[in-house]
Amino acid sequence: MTATPSPAGTAEPAGSTPPDSAGWRRLNPRMLLLYPVQELPRALPALFGLLIAGSSRGNGQAWSFVGVAIVVGLGVMRWLTTSYRITPDQVQVRRGLLRRQVLTVPRDRVRTVDVTAHVLHRLLGLARVNVGTGQSDRERESGIRLDGLSAEQADGLREELLHRRARPGRPATDRTAAAPAGAATATVPAPAAVVERELARLDPAWIRFGPFTLSGLVTLGLLAGFLSQLVDEAHLDPSRFGLVRTVVDQLAAAGLWLAILEVVAAAVLVVAVASTFGYVLAFWGFRLVRHSGGTLQVTRGLVTMRATTIEERRLRGVEVSEPLLLRAVGGARCIAIATGLRVGRGAERGGTMLLPSAPRAEAQRVAAAVLGRREPVIVPLRAHGPVARRRRYTRALPICALLAAAAAALWWWAGLPAWVVVASLALPPLGVLAAADRYRNLGHEVLDRDLVSAWGSLVRRRNVLARDGIIGWNLRQSFFQRRAGVVTLTATTAAGRQSYRVQDVTAAEAVRVAGEALPGLLTPFLAEPAGERPVRKAPIRGER
Amino acid sequence: VDGRTVPDSEASGAALRGGTAPELRPPRYRVSTKAIWYWTARASFGWLVLLVGQVIWLVAAHDGQAWHGIVLAITAVLALAHLIVMPRWRYRVHRWEATPEAMYTQSGWFNQERRIAPISRIQTVDSERGPLEQVFGLSNVTVTTASAAGPLRINGLDRDTAQRLLDDLTVAAQAMRGDAT
Repeated sequence: MTATPSPAGTAEPAGSTPPDSAGWRRLNPRMLLLYPVQELPRALPALFGLLIAGSSRGNGQAWSFVGVAIVVGLGVMRWLTTSYRITPDQVQVRRGLLRRQVLTVPRDRVRTVDVTAHVLHRLLGLARVNVGTGQSDRERESGIRLDGLSAEQADGLREELLHRRARPGRPATDRTAAAPAGAATATVPAPAAVVERELARLDPAWIRFGPFTLSGLVTLGLLAGFLSQLVDEAHLDPSRFGLVRTVVDQLAAAGLWLAILEVVAAAVLVVAVASTFGYVLAFWGFRLVRHSGGTLQVTRGLVTMRATTIEERRLRGVEVSEPLLLRAVGGARCIAIATGLRVGRGAERGGTMLLPSAPRAEAQRVAAAVLGRREPVIVPLRAHGPVARRRRYTRALPICALLAAAAAALWWWAGLPAWVVVASLALPPLGVLAAADRYRNLGHEVLDRDLVSAWGSLVRRRNVLARDGIIGWNLRQSFFQRRAGVVTLTATTAAGRQSYRVQDVTAAEAVRVAGEALPGLLTPFLAEPAGERPVRKAPIRGER
Repeated sequence: VDGRTVPDSEASGAALRGGTAPELRPPRYRVSTKAIWYWTARASFGWLVLLVGQVIWLVAAHDGQAWHGIVLAITAVLALAHLIVMPRWRYRVHRWEATPEAMYTQSGWFNQERRIAPISRIQTVDSERGPLEQVFGLSNVTVTTASAAGPLRINGLDRDTAQRLLDDLTVAAQAMRGDAT
C-alpha cells in the first residue's frame, strides 16, 4: 500500500475521471505530467535527430520546441487513448490509437495485484497497478498494467479485485495501525470489512545483515563495467587523475601481498556498503500483513514503493533459505511458495519474498505465522543415510581432483603460474568441507499437512510444501544411484520452483514418503505381496 | 545446536533388511517392439553426421596421418555399441500404465525415471507423430500437469494403442473438475 499522502486525499478519489456510460474510466490526469518524462527514453533518438537538424540549420530553439511538443503530445495521446473498466466479471483495458486493443482478464483469473510507485509517482500521489493472472511464464503478456491511478484508487482496486470474495458482515474490530500516513482506504467502498494483522515489520537492527546479502556485488560489477566503458569510450587516461595515480603509486610501493590485501579489503568494503545500501533501498518500511480477505500483503521500498499481494488460497508452502554468508551470521530469509508466482532471481526474489534477510528465528517465526503451523519449520528432519553421505563425497571430490590436475597440467605444459597449482591443492579440503555440510543439511520429513525437505550448502534451504499442493512424483535414478540402491524423489507442483527434491533416499524410504504424502496414489503400483514374485525384474531397482 | 537432522536408524535399517517395505513395481505395459528400430534410426542420424564429417576430413586432408583413421574407427565402434545397446536397453526400461486414478510411466536407459501423476491433475493430453515415427507407424503420448516439472511422456507406442490411451485419458480428465493446481 502506498504510504504517499495524496496532495488531495479527499473523499472522492482526487481527479479521477467519471466513468462514461459503458463504465470506461481514464487513468489519473496527473499522469499527464508523468508521461512526458516516461516517454523521454523512447523519444530520445527522435529528439537527438531533431537537435542535430536544428543546430545544423541554425534555428535550434524552434526545433527543440517541436521535440518537446511531440513528447508531450505522445503523453496526451496515451492518456486519451487508454481507458479501463471493471465489470462484475472482468477487468478490461482499452488502448492504442491506430491499433485499438482491448485486454480482458476475467476477474476469477486474477491472482496478484501489485502496486508500485516510483519516485515521480510518489511525488504526484500516483501508483501503477499490475494485475497478474498467474501465467508466470508469460507475465509480460498476460497481465494488465494500469500506469497511473491515484494511490487510493490503486488500493481500492486491489481491495476490490482480491477481497471481493470476503464474507460480508464481519465486524472490523482490530483494524491494526491504519497504514502509515493514512493511505485513504476509507474512501473505497470496501466490499467487506477488512481486518488486517501485521505478521512482520522491518526492524532497523536487521540492516546489519545487509552487508552479507552480497547484492552489492552486482552494483560493484555494474560500476566497474560503467567505469571501464567510460575510460574506453572517452579515451581517458586514468593515470592523468591525481587520485588514481596516488593509489597506483601507493600500491606499487606496497609490495605484492600488501597490494593484494589492500585491493581485496577495498573491494569487500565497497561490496558491503553497496549491499547495505541496496538492502535499505529495497526493504525500508517492509511490512507483511495478513488480510482477513484471504491475502498476504508485502509492502516495502525506500524510494520505489512496492505492494505485492499473494492470495492465501494460492499459497502452497514457504521456503526458508540461508545463503552461506548470511548463515554464518545467523540470518535467513523467507520466501512464499505459491502458484502463479515464479521464484525470482537475486535477493529480491520477485514478488515472492516474505521476509528479507533477518535473524533466523525471525524468519522461522514468519514462516510459521504464514503457514499457520510451526512444526514444519522447526521439526528435526530425517537424515538420508550413509549412501547419501557417501554420494556427497564421491560427487565433490572427483571434481576437485580434476580441477587440481588440470591446473597442474596447465602449469607443466602452458606455463600457468605455480601459485595457481598450489592454490588448487586447497580445493580437495574445501570439497570435503562442502560435502560434509551438504550431507548435514540434507533432510526430509512428512508431516500432517506438509512435505518438508532441506538441502544445499552454498544456499541452505528448507522447503515446506503443502501435501495438497503436490501434483505428482518423479523418481529418478542415475546409473550410479541404481547401483547404490537410492532414488531422488521429486514432488512436482504448480507452485514456486515447480519441483522439490528429496535427494538420495533409499527406494523404500522414497515409497514411504510418497505414499504418506499422497495416500493411495502409489498403492496400485506397489509390488504384489511376498511369495508372488514379479514376473520380470524391475529394471529401475538396484538389483545387483 | 542445529537440530536440522537427526539420524534415523529405522529408515536406513529398513533398506538394509530389504523386502519388508513395499516396493514400487514397474508399470505394466511395454511399448511397441518397433520402438527399438525407431530409437536406432533416431540415434543413427547423429552418428551419421559425425562419421560423414570425419570421412570428409580424412579424404580432404589426405596427409596420410594414421590418427585420422584411428579416430574414425573409434567413432564407428562407439556408434555401433551405442546403436546396439541403447535401443534394446531402452525397450527393457520404457513402460507405462494408466489406471482410472493415475498415470505411471518409466523411461530412460542409463539414467532412469519413473513418473506418477493422478488423473485428476492432468491438464492436457497430446499425441504427436514426427516423420520418423510415421515411418515406423509409431506415436507418442504426452500428459502434462500444472507443474512445469512433470510432463509424462510415452514414446514408441503403436498407433492404435496411442489413440486408445488418448481417448481414455481425455475422457477421464474431462470427468474431473477444478483447475488442477
